[in-house]
Parts: sequence; C-alpha cells; structure tokens
Amino acid sequence: MSIKTRRLTYSLAINEALTQMMERDPSVILIGQGVKSPWYVGNTAQGLIKKFGEQRVIDTPVSENAMTGAAIGASLAGMRAIAVHPRMDFMLYAFDPIVNEAANWSYMNGGKVSVPVVFWGVINRGGEQAAQHSQALHAMFSHAPGLKVVMPSTAYDAKGLMVAAIEDDNPVVYVDDRWLYNTEDDVPEELYSVPIGKGIVRREGKDVSVIASSYLVGEAVKAASTLEPSGIDVEVVDLRTVKPLDVDLILASVEKTGRAVIVDPGWKMCGLAAEISAVISENSIGCLKSPIRRVTLPDIPAPASRSLEENYYISSRNIVDTIMQLVGADLKI
Amino acid sequence: MKPDSNTVIDLYRTMVRIRVCEESFIAPILSREIRCPVHLCTGQEAVAAGVCAALEKEDYIFGNHRSHGHFLAKGGKMHEMVAEVFCRETGCSRGRGGSMHLVDPSIGMMGSAPIVAGTIPLALGAALAAKTRNDGRVAVSFFGDGATGEGVLCESLNFAALKKLPILFVCENNLYSTHLPIDEIRVSRKIFELGIPFGEQSHRVDGNDVLEVHGAARKAVDLCRKGRGPVFLECMTYRMHGHVGPDDNIQGSHTDIRPPAEIEKWRRKDPIKRIERHILKKRIASLRELKEIQAQAENEVLEAQDFARNSSFPKKEELSLYVYKN
Repeated sequence: MSIKTRRLTYSLAINEALTQMMERDPSVILIGQGVKSPWYVGNTAQGLIKKFGEQRVIDTPVSENAMTGAAIGASLAGMRAIAVHPRMDFMLYAFDPIVNEAANWSYMNGGKVSVPVVFWGVINRGGEQAAQHSQALHAMFSHAPGLKVVMPSTAYDAKGLMVAAIEDDNPVVYVDDRWLYNTEDDVPEELYSVPIGKGIVRREGKDVSVIASSYLVGEAVKAASTLEPSGIDVEVVDLRTVKPLDVDLILASVEKTGRAVIVDPGWKMCGLAAEISAVISENSIGCLKSPIRRVTLPDIPAPASRSLEENYYISSRNIVDTIMQLVGADLKI
Repeated sequence: MKPDSNTVIDLYRTMVRIRVCEESFIAPILSREIRCPVHLCTGQEAVAAGVCAALEKEDYIFGNHRSHGHFLAKGGKMHEMVAEVFCRETGCSRGRGGSMHLVDPSIGMMGSAPIVAGTIPLALGAALAAKTRNDGRVAVSFFGDGATGEGVLCESLNFAALKKLPILFVCENNLYSTHLPIDEIRVSRKIFELGIPFGEQSHRVDGNDVLEVHGAARKAVDLCRKGRGPVFLECMTYRMHGHVGPDDNIQGSHTDIRPPAEIEKWRRKDPIKRIERHILKKRIASLRELKEIQAQAENEVLEAQDFARNSSFPKKEELSLYVYKN
C-alpha cells in the first residue's frame, strides 16, 4: 500500500491530527481558551467548530485551573479531552489539576481508573514578549510521575505525536512551539501515530552526539551541516518524547561517538539537559572522550528587548561553538 | 413530594451504616493499626445519604478528604473501603490511596482527593461529558466550607452556569476549615450566595435533616436532568469529631478549637436521632426494627474489619504498579 504524503506545515499537521481523531472517535473533545480564534491557536483549530460543533470544540473563559480540571473530569467520565493552553505560561494556573490530580489519579486509585487526557501547551517565545509569554516549561511537567511529555520537532511528528497523545490512556503533556508552525514536512494524509517514548536519529555521525528536542532539532541539524566542511561528523538525536526518555537511543549514540552535547530549549538548573547528562554519566561515562556539554537557556527570565533576546535564545551558532570547543581541539581543527 | 416509607428507611440505614463504620475506625486509629489520615464524617451523614439517594447508579460523584460517607451512600462496598483505610491490597484503591482516595467507577464514585477544591473542576468535567453525550447523567461535587477560599470554585461555578451543565455543587458547611472557624475565613456566613452572581440556583438547607437534604437534592437533580442546571446547595452541618482522627478539637485540649457548648448544641441536632424520632412518630417503623438495622450495620462493620485485617498489605515488589496504565 502506498502512503500518500504531501508537504504540510506543522500547524496544519496538528489541525489534521485533531480533525481525523475527532472524526474517528466521538469521545474526543477540544477545550481551551481561544479555540475559536487564530489569534490564540494559529490555524491548528481551523474548521473544527464548523465540523464538530461547539459541544466538542469548546472555547472557554480565562479559567485555566477549572478548564484543565474539567478536561480531566470529562476524561474520567469516558471522553478523551484535549485541554489547550495557547501560551504555556498560563498553564501554571493549571499545575494543580495536571500534577496533583491527573498525574496521580491512576496510582492513588490503585489503577482502577486512568485519565486519557492531553494537556497541549504552546511555547510562544520571541517577538519581545518578555518573561510571561515565552516560557518553555516541559521540565517541570517531566518531574511528575504519571505524566508523559512529548515535544514534536517536525510536522510529521506534530501530527503523529498528537494522535498518539490522544490515543494514550494516560495524561500526556504535548508541548509544541510557535516557531515551528510554518515549517513544512512530508506528512501522510492517513491517520498514523508516532510512538511515545521513542526518539529518532535525525542525522548520523561519528564524532559527537547532539541530543535535542523541539525546534532545536532543526538548529542542531543546521549546526551539523555548518560543521561538515570542517570534517566534524555530528550525529543528531531527536528525543521526540521527553518523558519517558528513550534512554537506549541516547546511550547507543553517545557510546558510538564518545561525546555528548545536550541542547534544550528550557533553563539549565534542574532541567531536561541535566537529566540527560545524569543518565549518560550513570550509564556510559567510560565511553566519554570529553565532558558532557549543555546548551540551554541561561537561568534568566526571558527579556523583551530584541538586543537581549538575541543573546538569550539558542540558535545553531551556539551549538556550533560548543561543538567546536569540545571536538575542535581533539580533531586538531 | 414526600419520600415513601421505604426511602425513609433506606436513608436511615445508609446513615447508620456510615456512623457505625466511622466510629469503628477510632480504636484502630488509636492503636496505630490504622495510620493513614482519617477524616471522620460523624455528624454529617445526612448530606451524603440525602444527596446520593437522589442519584442513579450511573450518576457521578466526586469527593474530598472526608468522603467515607459519600462512598458508602453512593453504593460503594463497605469492606473495600475499610480495607483501603487499613491500606490493604483488597482496598478499593489497592492500598495506594488510603482513606482520602476512595474510588469505585462501577457505581459512579469517581474519586476523592484532599487538595481542597481539587475535585470540583473534575466533577465539572464529568458534567460536561454528560452534556456533550446528552446521556442524562448528573454530576455531584462534594466540598466543604474551606473550599470556598479556592479560586477554582468560582471558575467552576461560572463555567457550569455558562454552559448549563448538569452539576450539583454540594457545600457541606460544617463551620470549620481545619482549625479555623468560618468567621475567620470569610465575611459572610451565607456560602450559598456565592452561586448567585454566576447565575446559579442556590439554596441553603438544614444539612442535619436528611429529608430536607433529600428533597432539595431531588429537585436539583431533576432540574439538572432537564437541562436546567446547575444548582448550588449549601448544607448546614457539623462534624462531631475534629478535623482529622478522633481528636475532637475541644477548647482546653491541646488542639483547643471548639467550645464544648457548641459541640453539645450540635449533638442535640444529631441527624440520625432526628430521623429516628421522625420514623417513630410517623410509625414508619418500630423501635425494634430500627434496632435491627443498627445491629445489621454493626455486623457488617465487624465483617468489613475482619476482611481488612485478614487482607495482605500490597507487596513491596509491586511499588511501581499503576503509575501508568499500559
């Protein structure tokens, strides 16, 4: 059977996942602030109200705690709800239902019930939006047992991981990034899913492993291309899922290359990069030819001014510099 | 419409089962056989009994830290609840939750949790699911007066009214939020008025009068089923024990909270004694028949405790089960 693909943007890939899942399963509902408005959710929700009605596509008052809790309650009562937070920063109001209730619900009820809910948070940084319109909070959610956390880096994954998140019987935090919304990829028209908990090697290399997620996978691949003429052969691992981590894939790559650069769109302290660094240290330290390096946001709130933003967010240049420091001396470049 | 005799006797039986079961926990708590925090609802039985008797098995309820009564009144099995309080593998939450996490989805008891107001939006969501499916189910959220300090209650009241959801908000106002008397947490004692600005039908009832609670709950459930919900019901009641465990929080004791005269005043309003007087006065049942119901409850509780004591604790190698559903 041939699979029909075509170029599709990341945001429309999400839209297609939602449309196809809502068509297939009448228990799927979307609830959150701004689902009526491209101002909030871009074109990810376009056409959904027209197709499925306001009973299943529910725009809400600004009440993140109750609306997220309602998504959980609806999921306990037989639905598969997706609670959307068009800016992840506002999702902190919903930390209680996500972490205290949804994450714990299966365990503290002895597995008698599970919560098939998706918490969809959009990272929406840049554009001089300052500290409360910019945050990448995936590490906070990854800390809590009972949650899964995914961060798609391509349009293909954006669709496949959204489908997998909706199909999963456990609470899944789906973190996407506005900076990716206009990127394109070959996306199958059919419904498919990308398995949660499995990463992928985006580019094979032998000198250094760059472990990245979300928009930084693209930056890492760019960095690899930049370094190619200098003879540095970079492997890029895309985590796809942040929790549970694909530890086997990370370790296999690092054991092959002997060097690890971990690139994370979040902060450094107690962050995702720290966790991956610990996993490598605990399991494969003997294979390392040089210290692990982290490329993360500094432990500083996001600034507004463009002059500071430029110095704050990570780009391929930062990744290139770090790899050069790490590998350049060894390879005498 | 007045409830028929069978309903009155059922209400009585439910309240007695809750009371006897609650009181039976005191000795094993004191002997440290029970170690999880236990929030007894002695004195508040009429609320659980009156509301749950107005519901069908398929309707949803969500509780809080003080939910033994809700679980039993909705039809949960007593031996599974007692085993959970004893933290045994045979408990309703397999010993992973303890007294504060009671669940039985097969009878619509969807869970309970001690994060104050934490389950209010969950009940809201269950009502949203019922409305989306148009399946006629109703959801009930049980919470205490302490929960009125949480913002999520107001968020939930607003959304429920906005979408006309089939949900009954039941505030069990026992006048204390843990150690603080109600006058120290809010200006107005009239909690039911909270629902009014959001457009909810809001009422206050005598929460120690099971017939009044039941009547109000039936009306509210009926409105919800007809798409004319939500309804806010404040039930005035009192817990005869302290916030947690058998300590009664009497002034002069080390917890030093409640005036003895106040406790005595409420003892005279004991909801079980009140319905007993009603039953005898109206000749719905004889004293002998009521004694028989009490004896049955005592027997059931003894059997439930035997079951719990004879059940094993969860195996330590099964610590990691149930974090995720596979």
